[in-house]
Amino acid sequence: MNEAAGPRGAEALADGRAHGEQAGAARTAMIQVRDACAYYGEKQALFDVSIDIDARSVTAFIGPSGCGKSTFLRCLNRMNDTIEGARVTGSFLLAGRDIYEPSLDVVELRARVGMVFQKPNPFPKSIFENVAYGPRIHGLAHSKADLEKIVIGSLTKAGLLKEVQDRLGEPGTGLSGGQQQRLCIARAIAVSPEVILMDEPCSALDPIATARIEELIDELRENYTIVIVTHSMQQAARVSQRTAFFHLGILVEEGETAQIFTNPGDERTQDYITGRFG
Amino acid sequence: MPEHTVKAFAEELEGLGQSIATMGGLAERQLADAVTSIERRNLSLAERTAEADIEIDRLEQEIESQAILMIARRQPMASDLREIICAVKISTDLERVGDLAKNIARRAERIFESHPQRAMPAFVRMARLAMQQIKEVLDAYSRRDTAKALEVWKADAEIDAAYNSLFRELLTYMMEDPRDIGSCTHLLFGAKNLERVGDHATNIAEMVYYLVEGEPLAEQRLRLDDTERGRPVEPEQPTSA
Repeated sequence: MNEAAGPRGAEALADGRAHGEQAGAARTAMIQVRDACAYYGEKQALFDVSIDIDARSVTAFIGPSGCGKSTFLRCLNRMNDTIEGARVTGSFLLAGRDIYEPSLDVVELRARVGMVFQKPNPFPKSIFENVAYGPRIHGLAHSKADLEKIVIGSLTKAGLLKEVQDRLGEPGTGLSGGQQQRLCIARAIAVSPEVILMDEPCSALDPIATARIEELIDELRENYTIVIVTHSMQQAARVSQRTAFFHLGILVEEGETAQIFTNPGDERTQDYITGRFG
Repeated sequence: MPEHTVKAFAEELEGLGQSIATMGGLAERQLADAVTSIERRNLSLAERTAEADIEIDRLEQEIESQAILMIARRQPMASDLREIICAVKISTDLERVGDLAKNIARRAERIFESHPQRAMPAFVRMARLAMQQIKEVLDAYSRRDTAKALEVWKADAEIDAAYNSLFRELLTYMMEDPRDIGSCTHLLFGAKNLERVGDHATNIAEMVYYLVEGEPLAEQRLRLDDTERGRPVEPEQPTSA
């Protein structure tokens, strides 16, 4: 851990500067959504959501249960396609390209927009195979050495390598909850995504494992666009640069995290984050 | 604003506001007693006033520990966070007001050595302005009234002017009769303390504004001046030069 702290610390500093400068300049949107609506059968779950999600930055979605934040997150890599009766309208651009266009390869999309779930869900395979699976099916590795390089690189980026390097052949399900979640992050990273979606990634973890994941998220934003759904306001305040508040399927407010948590613009946001919702 | 889901938190916030109100009442009282003791040459009142400051200090510490506990336990956000931070800052200002009242009272004996009677009306006038400022700003706090807070903020210039005028007046008396230099100097220090009370009132006014609006007062006001009048304006100085 300590060996890595030096260069990592320096990078974090450089990134902090870069981000500070970026705040003054124009934001670069990785994802642009306009007038998104989502339906489960007859029931409308999202109403005209429009938002720009910054590249190489963490955006948090907050809101009470059933507010549509997870539904919206799942629109971003077409996970809702897998749900019977679910329907999505509106325009979703990923790096300028419509992700709902019929010719688009959904498998490829989900490689570009990876996802980490609430409950760690490693495959019932070895640690190595968990990470190697994606690059293999996407044909990203041309040799065994190539594949090993990707696996080791991904485990390193996910901050897990040191803990598992002696037992890469052991089952991923034998790891602790926090380690399993980092394994899932390594698995997502292995296919070189541009965006990583996280749906309450820490809600099944203890505070120490949560802190590790949060630290990891902060490091990952240097190279990836991260969208995180969380029930913990404190977590949103800690890890994100921008925060979006959803309520009853409507995007009520979106803005800089520092602003949202000290002086939100909308009364509903204020009531929610101060715990005044009836 | 709707009720907090966690009732105990709402009660704690209310308790914090009440502590500020109590502390503000004490500070007002201290200041009034200090000024009255000087005005009426009442040494025993002056001594009692200097001693009573301890209660204000105790309340400040109580507010501070209440606030620390609330931050640790509730992780307040948005208006709740501002509420707590402002209570801590306001209590510091009120504690200073209590100290200043104590300082004034402590000078009583030396001011009485040769009571500079002629300067008394100007001193009392200035004291009334300072007390008025404290009273108004505490009202603004309890009613969350930003318009009133802004008035207090602007009115500080009057106290500064009163101080400058009293300073010149006392200087004249000292030149007229050097035997009065001792007591006049102490009265001047007392006036300086009143001027500082005014500054604390403006600090509190800024806190009330931030508490309600979520933005600092100075920044906001400059922008308003800029856009409403359509021209840049020199920033007003709330504190004396």
